[in-house]
Amino acid sequence: MTRLISWTILVLGCLYFILPLVGMTEFSLKMRRGEYSFDAYRKVFEDPRFWETFSYSLTLAAATIVVGVFLVVPTAYWVRLKLPQARPFVEFVTLLPLVIPAIVLVFGYIRLYNTSSWLPLTGSALGTDILLTMGYTTLALPYMYRSVDTGLRTIDVATLTEAAQSLGAGWITILGRVILPNVMVAVLSGAFLTLAIVLGEFTMAALLNRPAFGPFMQLLGANRAYEPPALAVIAFAITWGCMGLMQLVSRLAKHERAKA
Amino acid sequence: MAQGPVRRAQRRLPLEWLGILPFAAFAVLFLILPTFRIVTGAFQDADGGFTFQNLLDLNTDSIRSAYWTSIKLSLITAALGCAIGFAMAAAVVFGGLPKVVRSPLLTFSGVASNFAGVPLAFAFIATIGPAGLITLELRDMGINLRAYGFNLLSFWGLVITYLFFQIPLMILIIIPALDGLKKEWREAAAVLGATTAQYWRMVALPILFPSLLGTFALLFANAFGAVATAFALTGPQLNIVPIKLFAQIRGDVLGNPNLGYALAFGMIVITIAANTIYIWLRVRSERWLK
Repeated sequence: MTRLISWTILVLGCLYFILPLVGMTEFSLKMRRGEYSFDAYRKVFEDPRFWETFSYSLTLAAATIVVGVFLVVPTAYWVRLKLPQARPFVEFVTLLPLVIPAIVLVFGYIRLYNTSSWLPLTGSALGTDILLTMGYTTLALPYMYRSVDTGLRTIDVATLTEAAQSLGAGWITILGRVILPNVMVAVLSGAFLTLAIVLGEFTMAALLNRPAFGPFMQLLGANRAYEPPALAVIAFAITWGCMGLMQLVSRLAKHERAKA
Repeated sequence: MAQGPVRRAQRRLPLEWLGILPFAAFAVLFLILPTFRIVTGAFQDADGGFTFQNLLDLNTDSIRSAYWTSIKLSLITAALGCAIGFAMAAAVVFGGLPKVVRSPLLTFSGVASNFAGVPLAFAFIATIGPAGLITLELRDMGINLRAYGFNLLSFWGLVITYLFFQIPLMILIIIPALDGLKKEWREAAAVLGATTAQYWRMVALPILFPSLLGTFALLFANAFGAVATAFALTGPQLNIVPIKLFAQIRGDVLGNPNLGYALAFGMIVITIAANTIYIWLRVRSERWLK
């Protein structure tokens, strides 16, 4: 009896999740009248804006990951090693992006860093890109920090540091060659999640007027019929890829550890 | 001599705090100052003087109804997300299903909870939009969804779409909590003569309650701040707060820049309230699940 109810709940739930995926896939194949074809995908891939916006977002994602790693790894390491009393403050800050909606943050950016302010970031394309990267870094901060902090918990930070120091290593060497390789799995899974977030992000990029992938998808959605579901299929595949890589990395790490 | 250790302690303290200076600077520049700017802007008139007028000006029919719709949307999607997510998680953890369904469900939940925004809207338009797969299938079977008053580009359409990322988030958070229910508790309850219903009502649910309510608050904030899904689904006309703020930032549709600050300030107040509840309950629930 319990099992029957369980199966019913699970099947109904799965139906709800699978139908939209089937729907978008089927719709994306219907561009040619009367038969299924990949015409919509061809149209998308032939559109130069697709590649421009996609590589723009990819570049920004890479920048976000680099900034995030440089920001989070030393901070989380330092808090663990020397400043446990700063933990509540740091954790509170990393939770803030979940509390303050992205649209409110970007509104603050626009007013704070406009052309007549002390730091006129929105005045130039490069400045706006930097601002957007920082915005994405804040969006990814809760996930990146949690991931790296959990990674640090599994290693003995103090002993590793002392060992490296007694061999004559400086702080940069310790961070780059001792700590970072040890939390690489955590960093990578944070990085893949960041990639998924940045590639699909719409609000910040649209309001800062940058040619990112999210606003491009929205624009296409407002004007076309068959390309949007094709884009949705592509976006879903990308999200799936990012999550899959995340799992793969942590599984490989477990394997390594089991061998060692 | 006696001064030595004291002076060293004084010198060392600031040096250690220097280590998190980059992080603190980043937080101030890109989290705290921007938020602070919104908050102060909400209490300033056009000349920069202090005023409550902006907050009072929020009290118009259109803005009140936007807030109300947003809160309703967030409450309903959070409640349904929690209920359905809980049912699915409980089915997998306790329902006697084969172990192989668990891992794919978790993986899929990870993907689906991140599949929000513009592409999600496209997926639902392609499925239950005016020319969507299900709409057409049902029409062939003689059921016209439109005639029953269903419209994807409406409040309930938005609810159905938001559930696609709300339910998986609930599943991801609640499965570890369900795993934390110790078998001994159920056995102890059974030994004392409790039925399954009694066990759930008097043992399991009270233990899960903080983590259920906490997740509810998280889902609420999650829906409340979402812009992209609603915007891609309905365009700028749907009257919910994030869409209104989006239009205001783009083109000052309210005709008063300071009113925009007040609108954003209201959003912060509501999500902070939701998250304060979340964090408080989270701390309480973790005491039980050690």
